[in-house]
Amino acid sequence: MSLMNTLLATSALAVSLSFASLAAAQDYTPDPNAKPGGNIVITYKDDVATLDPAIGYDWQNWSMIKSIFDGLMDYVPGTTELRPGLAESYEISPDGKTYTFHLRKGVKFHNGREMTAEDVKYSLDRVTTPATQSPGAGFFGSIAGYDAMADGSATSLSGVTVLDPATVKIELSRPDATFLHVMALNFSSVVPKEEVEKWGADFGKHPVGTGAFKLSDWTIGQKLLLTKNADYWRAGLPYLDSVTFEVGQEPIVALLRLQKGEVDIPGDGIPPAKFTEVMNNPDEKKQVVVGGQLQTGYITLNVEMKPFDNVEVRRAINMAINKDRIVQMINGRATPATQPLPPSMPGYTKEYAGYAFDPAKAKAMLAEAGYPDGFQTQLYVMNTDPNPRIAQAIQQDLAAIGVKAEIKALAQANVIEAGGTPKTAPMIWSGGMAWIADFPDPSNFYGPILGCAGAVEGGWNWSWYCNKDLDAEAAKADSIVDPAKQGERLALWSDVYMKIMQDAPWVPVFNENRYTMKSARMGGSDDLYVDPVSIPVNYDYVYVTE
Amino acid sequence: MLAYVFRRLVQSALILLGVSFITFLLLYVLPADPVRQIAGRSATPETVENIRRQLGLDQPFIVQYGRYLAGLFHGDMGRSYLQKTEVAALIMARLPATLLLMLGAIVAELAIGLSLGVLAAVRRGGALDQSLMIASFVAVSAPQFVVGLLLLYVFAVKLGWFPIGGYGHLSNLVLPAMTLGIMGSGWYSRMMRSSMIDVLRSDYIRTARAKGLGRARVLALHAMPNAILPIIAMIGIDIGIFMSGIVVVESVFGWPGIGQLAWQAIQRVDIPIIMGVTLVSACAIVLGNLLADLVTPFIDPRIKLR
Repeated sequence: MSLMNTLLATSALAVSLSFASLAAAQDYTPDPNAKPGGNIVITYKDDVATLDPAIGYDWQNWSMIKSIFDGLMDYVPGTTELRPGLAESYEISPDGKTYTFHLRKGVKFHNGREMTAEDVKYSLDRVTTPATQSPGAGFFGSIAGYDAMADGSATSLSGVTVLDPATVKIELSRPDATFLHVMALNFSSVVPKEEVEKWGADFGKHPVGTGAFKLSDWTIGQKLLLTKNADYWRAGLPYLDSVTFEVGQEPIVALLRLQKGEVDIPGDGIPPAKFTEVMNNPDEKKQVVVGGQLQTGYITLNVEMKPFDNVEVRRAINMAINKDRIVQMINGRATPATQPLPPSMPGYTKEYAGYAFDPAKAKAMLAEAGYPDGFQTQLYVMNTDPNPRIAQAIQQDLAAIGVKAEIKALAQANVIEAGGTPKTAPMIWSGGMAWIADFPDPSNFYGPILGCAGAVEGGWNWSWYCNKDLDAEAAKADSIVDPAKQGERLALWSDVYMKIMQDAPWVPVFNENRYTMKSARMGGSDDLYVDPVSIPVNYDYVYVTE
Repeated sequence: MLAYVFRRLVQSALILLGVSFITFLLLYVLPADPVRQIAGRSATPETVENIRRQLGLDQPFIVQYGRYLAGLFHGDMGRSYLQKTEVAALIMARLPATLLLMLGAIVAELAIGLSLGVLAAVRRGGALDQSLMIASFVAVSAPQFVVGLLLLYVFAVKLGWFPIGGYGHLSNLVLPAMTLGIMGSGWYSRMMRSSMIDVLRSDYIRTARAKGLGRARVLALHAMPNAILPIIAMIGIDIGIFMSGIVVVESVFGWPGIGQLAWQAIQRVDIPIIMGVTLVSACAIVLGNLLADLVTPFIDPRIKLR
């Protein structure tokens, strides 16, 4: 047998046994200029709610939890590519329903104890048990035994088995192409049982994980101090000795302090009122890193309410909105959107141009649909700037085709409530509540916000659009687990979103850009400052130059 | 006197009970579901229902309120919905900062208000008096958000005399205390002015001057102590006014007090924290008023408490 044949035979065998084991190539080359040491200061307006990985679910604590804890899977810094985390490698069975993870050896929790497969099982049981009240419990729905956990009839996931201290097997009740992404969510972080039991509900204030940083001080309402985990299992990381988070700082105050050299990154970003000023100042502009984010701002059209039950009306509205003008209103901090998926998301359809802005045609379409004089409706919007201004622009665009929309500007919680109540909000502008992906996969933009599962009381599918055929197509796409067939899977997803645009339950308006401002002394590649998963920055890999 | 205090304390307790009932009711009828905030956007309906049941939010209003009160009588203010931390711990961690800020504000408003009031009274009717009284009018009506940002910009950013927000040093306290105190100082300067004018007209001042005492000495030792007394009694009432101001001022200056806590909790519909902060501030207001009433007879013996 020639060498070539051997190789072919081995790979054929490998494919028949299992889909993939991760190659080491999918990793990140740290910056050769990086210098260890130093402390950086990050500011936030609001208190950090919790650092419990089963509970924390806002963009402020997400990146902090990522640096304190690890899961089986992780992302290559600055990208949306998966890489192994606490798992050194894994195998997927040919039917896509069994995942076997081989853990790294010698990984220690911050309390000094070695992490084992038992901890992985405990952590997954903890996040899915109803008593934990985890907002992320639903992500684990594909693990066998999840339903019994959710209804309280089991205390442990039957699908998760410890094979030996370094191997854990997870069986799914259905093939789930997103499962590795789920294993990279903070909710899947591995936590030590003894610390969770010691602190109880206060574990979120006393987090103990395996991550690059450990929490060493937390003065409520003032600041948190993360210090370097000297025993971190990724050699040479992190670079920084510590990260200080100061809370209770208005974004405008944070910017002033950055200009004086007291702050390294204002966590809440550049305040809108100062945006133009900063970007027009060449020195300050150099300190701003621009990137995309997995976010789409959209208007929902409630398909259960007249006249939005008529698809022609929804298409007409799509053609009436001047997206360029709305982008201008927010100082160009976004890109006009053509479809639900943001451009940096796999599965995005590049060649689709979206509905053209054409008020005359929109008016004609309305007339054809039986509304020659337009109609009256309501537009719900969150009451913080710039959203009411954007709503006014939408209102004017609608008025141009004869649609009189009354603006209902309410607090965030009230808009969310109205959106999830049947036949209440005919139109909602999503600003301030817009969907940001939990993980970089097209499926994450479907289920809760466009699928039938979300079109329920209290759900997030505010257009109440439910298309059973698309649900089936989505399920089919997510059952394609084979990495070699990912192209096929993404094509299916692209098709789902194109069909959604045909039915037009949304007006996709824009994809917001991310602007991270940093002090001049901060080093590391720009990708780290617009990391799609760690907002504002991946703390493990950045460094200071002085 | 003791009977009076006892009666007032019972009244205060009833007022607090009323405050707790009304706040709880308002939060109950609010068209915003705290469970949605906790469950987040990816939660399944079962997760939402499970959380609602565990927090007892599926119970009727009267049961929820009863449970809250029962907890309160055992000294338990509950746990934050989102942070899971005990509300009492969160408030206690932040209360010292708020009390310090109030103390600073009282010092600031008295220092500014009283001195300007005396000045205006002495120069009664003159240009200085009139401009001071216009200034005091502006001070009383200026929005604290604007005053705070203005002070921050001028004295911290441009002049660099004080740090830009923050907490921990006396220099951090000056600007927020001034912001909070400026409104009160407008008030106090007007009261001090009229109080001084009354005193300066009285016979004993004329006697003091007639026997040859210097003008400054008469002002400082004879007139001012008598003019200040009725004003001291007002400080208790200020506590209530400050309580409404701290939410804004603490947010602007990043002062880690209970006002900031309340503001964040309101945005997140974190009911146990909103209830806790409301009750603590109501306590402060009730006690402040009680204190003001108790102090009055010592200052002016003509007033008797019944």
